[in-house]
Amino acid sequence: MMILTLAQRELRSLFLSPLAWSILAIVQFILAYLFLSQLNEFIILQPQLKMIDNAPGATELIIAPLYGSAAFIMMMVIPLLTMRLISEERRNKSLALLLSAPVSMSEIIIGKFLGIMGFLLLMTALISIMPVALLTAGSIDLGLLSAMILGLVLLLAGFTALGLYMSTLTLQPTVAAVSTFGALLLLWIVDWAGDKVGHESASGLLSYLSMLRHFESLGKGVFNSSDIIYYLLFITVFIVLSIRRLDADRLQH
Amino acid sequence: MMTSEHLISVEHLYRHYGPLQAVNNVSFDLKRGEVLGFLGPNGAGKSTTMQIITGNLAPSSGQIKICGLDLLDQPKEAKARIGYLPEQPPLYRELTVDEFLQFCARLNRIPRDKQTGALKQAKARCGLEAVGSRLINNLSKGYQQRVGIAQAIIHSPDIVVLDEPTVGLDPIQIREIRNLIRELGQEHGVILSTHILPEVQMTCDRVQIINRGQLVFSDNIDNLNQRMTARSLILGLENPPATDRLLAIHGVESVEPLGESRLRIKHAEGQSPAQTLAEAAINNQWGLMELTPETQTLEQIFVDITSTEYHQTTGEHTA
Repeated sequence: MMILTLAQRELRSLFLSPLAWSILAIVQFILAYLFLSQLNEFIILQPQLKMIDNAPGATELIIAPLYGSAAFIMMMVIPLLTMRLISEERRNKSLALLLSAPVSMSEIIIGKFLGIMGFLLLMTALISIMPVALLTAGSIDLGLLSAMILGLVLLLAGFTALGLYMSTLTLQPTVAAVSTFGALLLLWIVDWAGDKVGHESASGLLSYLSMLRHFESLGKGVFNSSDIIYYLLFITVFIVLSIRRLDADRLQH
Repeated sequence: MMTSEHLISVEHLYRHYGPLQAVNNVSFDLKRGEVLGFLGPNGAGKSTTMQIITGNLAPSSGQIKICGLDLLDQPKEAKARIGYLPEQPPLYRELTVDEFLQFCARLNRIPRDKQTGALKQAKARCGLEAVGSRLINNLSKGYQQRVGIAQAIIHSPDIVVLDEPTVGLDPIQIREIRNLIRELGQEHGVILSTHILPEVQMTCDRVQIINRGQLVFSDNIDNLNQRMTARSLILGLENPPATDRLLAIHGVESVEPLGESRLRIKHAEGQSPAQTLAEAAINNQWGLMELTPETQTLEQIFVDITSTEYHQTTGEHTA
């Protein structure tokens, strides 16, 4: 109940700034452009695909790249959304309102997390309108589509949790944004090194750490519980760290 | 719980920032229907103490009970009974006044059906009726301050903690806020910190002075007023006699020349030799020009207490 009140306030403030609207518009525009060019390519390739047995369908060729691009773009956008969560409240001294209200630190953090997630779910829904629109022209693999949507939502939740934590560490929103982006990019590319290390267990570990790997396997329609657990663990770790960091404010200034 | 006499009882509170002892063994109580004024120079630990009793900071050690509830063990229950206005009002400037207060009402767990009433009352008390639909960001500093106060009293808490509530207000608003504080003091307990000394005399029942993290003075306002009564006279004479002759007059303890034929005559508390002095002056043709009791202001008391290295801790554990 209290968490929802806090989440609602966060979401409302987000939409009261032009930031949320411009992010929605720009991301949607870029993805629509990519979607259309992918669709165009598919239409050109279609005669050839018909001749191949077990050829990849529209879902693999149009929709999978769409969600892949969405994930990549959001990696750059989410730091902008999460940077102000705690740092700006600290700066404006409005954190005292929450700290002296009868709410716990966990409620504050989870409320803020869910507020951003509300925005990101809306954005995912807007993106998903595009593939769903293909249903009017033919059939798509709905199972695969839902796996991709789930993958994207989990990935975005992971990004958000990390961004929220970075925001609890600093007074400067821009510092939070830059560190979030850096950390996300590192986690994105960490398996590139893994491929070259050569050492079996090291490369296994590095590719397990990569956020992209788990997202890709969901994007192929492989519903592996270890991927889901990876994201849930990732989210939980950073939310718990954020709660502890916020609590530490009270103890040490 | 509501009948509990002491709304706040703070015992042996300590807080340090590294080597700096911001709050050093502070203990005090607040009763229902009492307005407690916190005085102290900048950086004395007033705001830190207020942040600790509202749960914004954890004490290094010490115990804080809010209406009998331990703030550290039951923070949610205890915090529900406190309304707090920090030095800088905590506002979401992108919201309108109504939206913001609505959020505060929900945040303080006011039941849904009572929220509208609470909102209306808080707005009426702080004179915000006309600006309900305006963005907080576009309000003047005084109005923002009032929104901050409205936020602190919206859930009619047992205890209202106000950190310099009249900063940035115009004289009329200051009077309104002082009246509001008095009004709140009737049924709630109010803790108020301020730099404006007359404000304390006008609004508070009890005064505490904090200096360097320690409570150096704690007394109720009546005693304080008594402390401020005259203990010296200013005597102006055209032909002043020798000091010895004045000292011989009953009740005169010391004579201090101030120049321009004015003298400061010190006397015991409540035993003014004014009458005797006047008679002597006329009989001896000293040329009496001036005879005024010199009252000590709160400012002098404040300066005396906070500037001395060595201070008595009057009534720190009493009251």
